[in-house]
Amino acid sequence: MPGNDALAVDARELIKTYSGGVTALDGMSVQVAAGTVFGLLGPNGAGKSTTVKILTTLARPDSGAASVAGHDVAKKPGKVRRAIGVVSQKSGADPVATGRENLILQGRLYGLRGPELQRRADELLERFDLTDAGKRPVKGYSGGMQRRLDVALGLVHRPEVLFLDEPTTGLDPEARQAMWDEIARLAGDEGLTILLTTHYLEEADKLAERIAIVDRGRVVVEGTPDALKGELRGDAVHVELRDPVGEVDARLLTTALTEFAGVRDAAIDGRRLSARADDGAAAVPQVLAVLEREGAKVAAVTVARPSLDDVYLRYAGRRFPDVDAGGAR
Amino acid sequence: MSNSLTQTWFMTQRQLMALVRQPAFLVITLIQPVIWLFLFGNLFKKVTELPGFGSGSYLDYLVPGVVVMSALSSSMWAGMGTLEEIERGTLNRFLTTPVSRGAIMNGNVVQNALSVALQSVIIVVLGKLGGADYPGGAAGLIILVVAGVLLGTIFGAMSNAIGMTVRQRESIIGINTFLLLPLTFLSSAFMAPELMPSWMRHIADFNPVNWAIVAGRSAMAADPDWGDVLTRGGALLALAVAAVWLSTRTFRTYQRSV
Repeated sequence: MPGNDALAVDARELIKTYSGGVTALDGMSVQVAAGTVFGLLGPNGAGKSTTVKILTTLARPDSGAASVAGHDVAKKPGKVRRAIGVVSQKSGADPVATGRENLILQGRLYGLRGPELQRRADELLERFDLTDAGKRPVKGYSGGMQRRLDVALGLVHRPEVLFLDEPTTGLDPEARQAMWDEIARLAGDEGLTILLTTHYLEEADKLAERIAIVDRGRVVVEGTPDALKGELRGDAVHVELRDPVGEVDARLLTTALTEFAGVRDAAIDGRRLSARADDGAAAVPQVLAVLEREGAKVAAVTVARPSLDDVYLRYAGRRFPDVDAGGAR
Repeated sequence: MSNSLTQTWFMTQRQLMALVRQPAFLVITLIQPVIWLFLFGNLFKKVTELPGFGSGSYLDYLVPGVVVMSALSSSMWAGMGTLEEIERGTLNRFLTTPVSRGAIMNGNVVQNALSVALQSVIIVVLGKLGGADYPGGAAGLIILVVAGVLLGTIFGAMSNAIGMTVRQRESIIGINTFLLLPLTFLSSAFMAPELMPSWMRHIADFNPVNWAIVAGRSAMAADPDWGDVLTRGGALLALAVAAVWLSTRTFRTYQRSV
C-alpha cells in the first residue's frame, strides 16, 4: 500500500469533548506526508494539543480515526509508541536526575541497552550542545537547555515521526532562534517526519513545509505557507482607528469600503481594520476618504505584503489572538 | 513478563535515586522515627507500671508502634510525588513510550515498600541500641517489617489514588493531617489495649494501623500468638491488594482525562 505508507500521520474527523461539555476537537482532519515538516498553527485552545495527545496515544477521540506511521492509534498504540518521539509542552524531564541519566532511562524504556545506549546518549548530548550540562541535574538548566534536552529525549530511539508541541513557548528570543535552527537541522534528517504545533505565525512560516490553520477544533485551511499567502491576492491594508467600532457600524463601514474604495475582504475587529487591494498604496487615499465620510477617525495606516496573520484573519474570521502579549517578546 | 519486571525495576530505580538525591527529605524521614522512639519512650516510660499493662519495658512495647506509625506517615505522602509528576509532564512523557502501564504504577509501590522496609530496619536497630529486647527473634522482626510494608502499601496506594483524582496538594495535606494522629492513637501503638476505653478498643479492631501493630507485636513476643498474626496479616494483605487495584483503576481514569 504505497499510498498509505506515504502518509506519516493520517487523522480523520476527530471529535473530542471533555467532561464539562468543552468541545476540544470538532472534526479535525490532518494528513502529513512522510519526511516532511508540518505545522499546526492556531491560538491556545484551538485544539492543537488535544490533536497531539490523540496522535501520541495519550488521549482517545470520541469518534474519528487516526493512524501514525501506518498504525492505528486506537488499535495498535504499542506500535505507534515505538514509532514516535514526543516533545510535549511541559518538559517532563526528571529534575533531580542529570541530563544524561534522563536520556539513558528514556532509551531503556524503548529497549535500548548497554554500550549502544551509552553511545546514543553521548551523541545526542553533543548534538544538542549539552555535553557538559549532561553531567548536572536538570533542575539547574536554563529554559533553552531544558528544551534541547526534551528534544533529545524525544529522539533517543530514532523515531519515524517526531511531535513537537509548542517547542519554543516561553523561550527568550535567542533560545528560540537556536531551537529554530535545531528543528531546521532535524528536518534535514533522512526520513524524519515532524509535526509541530505553534501559536507563532513566524515559527510556522519559517519551519513548516505545509501548514494547517486550526480554529475551534478543526482545520480551517491548509497548504504551503507561500500558497496560503498567495491566495490572498494583493497587499494588505491595515488601518488603526482611534475608537473601537461596534458590530453594526463595522458592517456599514466594510460595505462602504468594498463599494467605494475598491478593496476586498474588509474586516474590522475593534479598532483594527484590515482589507486587501491589488495596489495597496493606491487604495489608501480612497480608504481614508470613505472613512472620513463615515466619521471614523484614523490613527495609523500601514500597507503590507500578505502575512500568515492575514491568512488567519481571512479563514478564522478574526485576528490572530495576541497570545504572547508582554510575554516572550 | 521479564520485560515488564525489568521496566518496573527501571521505574523503581528512578524513584529511589530521586529519594537519595534529596538528602534533606531522607534525613527527616529517618530522624522523625528516632524522635518518636525516644520522645515517647521517655514520656510514657512509667505507663508500664500501670496495673494491667503487662509488658516489662516500654521501649520493647513501643518499637512496633513506631515502626508502623512511621510506615504510615511516610507512605501517606506518596500522592504528592505522583501529583508533581503529573504537573511536570513526566507521567505523560512515560505514557507516550512503550513502557508497560503497570510498571509505572508498580514502580511507586516497590519504591515505597523498599523505603518503608529500610526505615523499619533502622528503627528496629535503633531500638536495640536503646536497650529494647526482641524475644520473638528474627522471624518476629521480619513479620513486623512485612506488616509495616503492607500498611505502607495500603496508604501509599490510596494517597496515589487521591493525588490522581483530586489533583490538589491541599486535599492530600488535609486528609493526611486529619488521619495521621487519630489512626495512630486509635491503635495500641502507645497504650496497651487493656487500658484503652472499650469504645476505642472496638474502633481499633477496624483500624488497619492497629492490625499492623497487633500482627507485628504478636509475632515479636516470646510466645507468638500465630492466630493474631495470620488474621491481621491476612487482612492487611487483602486490603493492600484492594488498594493497589483501586489505584490502578484511578490510573486508568487519569489516562482517560488527559
